[in-house]
Amino acid sequence: MRMNNEDILKRISDQFSSEVVSSDETYGILNIEIKADKSFEIIKWLKDDTTLQCSFLTNIAAIHYPNDKDREIAVVLHSWKNNYRLRLKVYLPINNPVIDSIVEIYNGANWMERESFDFFGVQFKGHPDLRRILNEDTMDYFPMRKEYHLEDATREDKDDRYFGRF
Amino acid sequence: MEAKEQYKTKNLDHLSKETIDGEIATINFGPTHPATHGIFQNILQVDGEKIISSEQTVGYIHRAFEKLAERRPYNQITPITDRLNYCSSPINNIGWEMTVEKLIGAEIPKRVQYMRVIIMELARIADHLICSSVTEREKIYELYEEICGARLTTNIGRIGGFERDFNETFHAKLKTFLKTFPKAFEEFNSMLERNRIFMDRTKGAGPISAERALNYSITGPNLRATGVDYDIRVMQPYSSYEDFDFIIPVGVNGDTYDRFMVRQEEIRQSLRIIEQAYNNLPEGPYKADLPEFLLPPKAEVYNQMEALIYHFKIVMGETELPVGEVYHAVEGGNGELGYYLISDGGRSPYRLQFRRPCFIYYQAYPEMIKGMTLSDAVLTLSSINVIAGELDA
Repeated sequence: MRMNNEDILKRISDQFSSEVVSSDETYGILNIEIKADKSFEIIKWLKDDTTLQCSFLTNIAAIHYPNDKDREIAVVLHSWKNNYRLRLKVYLPINNPVIDSIVEIYNGANWMERESFDFFGVQFKGHPDLRRILNEDTMDYFPMRKEYHLEDATREDKDDRYFGRF
Repeated sequence: MEAKEQYKTKNLDHLSKETIDGEIATINFGPTHPATHGIFQNILQVDGEKIISSEQTVGYIHRAFEKLAERRPYNQITPITDRLNYCSSPINNIGWEMTVEKLIGAEIPKRVQYMRVIIMELARIADHLICSSVTEREKIYELYEEICGARLTTNIGRIGGFERDFNETFHAKLKTFLKTFPKAFEEFNSMLERNRIFMDRTKGAGPISAERALNYSITGPNLRATGVDYDIRVMQPYSSYEDFDFIIPVGVNGDTYDRFMVRQEEIRQSLRIIEQAYNNLPEGPYKADLPEFLLPPKAEVYNQMEALIYHFKIVMGETELPVGEVYHAVEGGNGELGYYLISDGGRSPYRLQFRRPCFIYYQAYPEMIKGMTLSDAVLTLSSINVIAGELDA
């Protein structure tokens, strides 16, 4: 049975009223922004709750927003069951991007977290084996962060204006 | 004991003491091995023939697709998706096109949706056939060739539909395929499905329980082999999948045999879908009304101002998309293939992340092969169908 997004949000905010920062809906998926320090607890509750039953972790993605004040890296999770998707967002400061690992809750998070660490430098506290996964071990920067250009940064013939960003 | 005596006479400086004493050997399975599609390494610790532990190294063919996508116009990202799971690139292409269409809220004609279903199901058959019959897969590649001119990295379709309709040769070839393929497929199957030797060899090799599979976020045929009937084509239908009648085959034990059987049955179901879609192929345009994504006919470019502008904008990659955040998932050959697209209103994605099913389920491999023999590890790796392109992005 498909659950209504409002009911899902209501149930979560009833339980964690002070941890839910904001919420909205994009293309049918409910987005909930939560506080970083309670993320583990909330995700564990979402999995165990008999009504919501988020028993499946679909995806973890890190995104870098260098221009958005101190909100620099967002970790996004999808959970699936009862045929609905839910996206949790956590904003972390760029100089100390630490968040609790959820490998204990979902084993599948292991490599997803390693990938986020590899490309964005998100530190997952409690991760059993936080190493680079796709890049070389000796690499000393996080290539998906926006300050690393795809091409030579000194080139003048290609700048953001050509990509619609002024 | 004899082995220990042998060790003593040889130069064993490169082996650790533990290895010699415990007689635990370290074996490099890969980076190149006939059972792998692409290169990835497994370091196995074996005691005799039993696997004690294994560690995977991935990333040999990492090509930074997510970074590349941040500096490319939307229609130039389709060729990148070809190279994810290159055994079923049309599914990747069409999945990406649908993601962008979802972002812009485009309305797609029914004919395009049915054409896509035909192509995606052909791709699924090709993907599942990858470990079996070569000649039949070749025929599917010939069909791709008629649609888009390419065979492996197809770049099939466009955002908003297709650049041309199915041609006469395609129709003829598809009809022949639908007639001859089931016969060839069943002939091939009769050698394996109830074959005592094959069953004894594959049953119980590399099993995983449904509970563990869900915990590992495994999707696709590998999850269904454990008995979970999760298929995005049914759970969240896209491209008119709700119009077709088909079943989701499931296994019981989640072992190599079940994975093989699930894939075989899915091929039959895909054929059913193709037949339904082809017989009921609606009339109508083969592309949506999206001039900012689909190149206008050349004759119009030379004569009409508007067409010239659109032509220029598409070729130069100057199409700007609305701000938005989309997650779109399709049932790929190996599981849930998801596109997480964040647009900030520019001409290229702000962030594009691929949820690659191979990458996610391959981490369960050590658990699947623990306690199995070395030869079971090869079978298991082959049966979970890890594709390096998708693994490493």
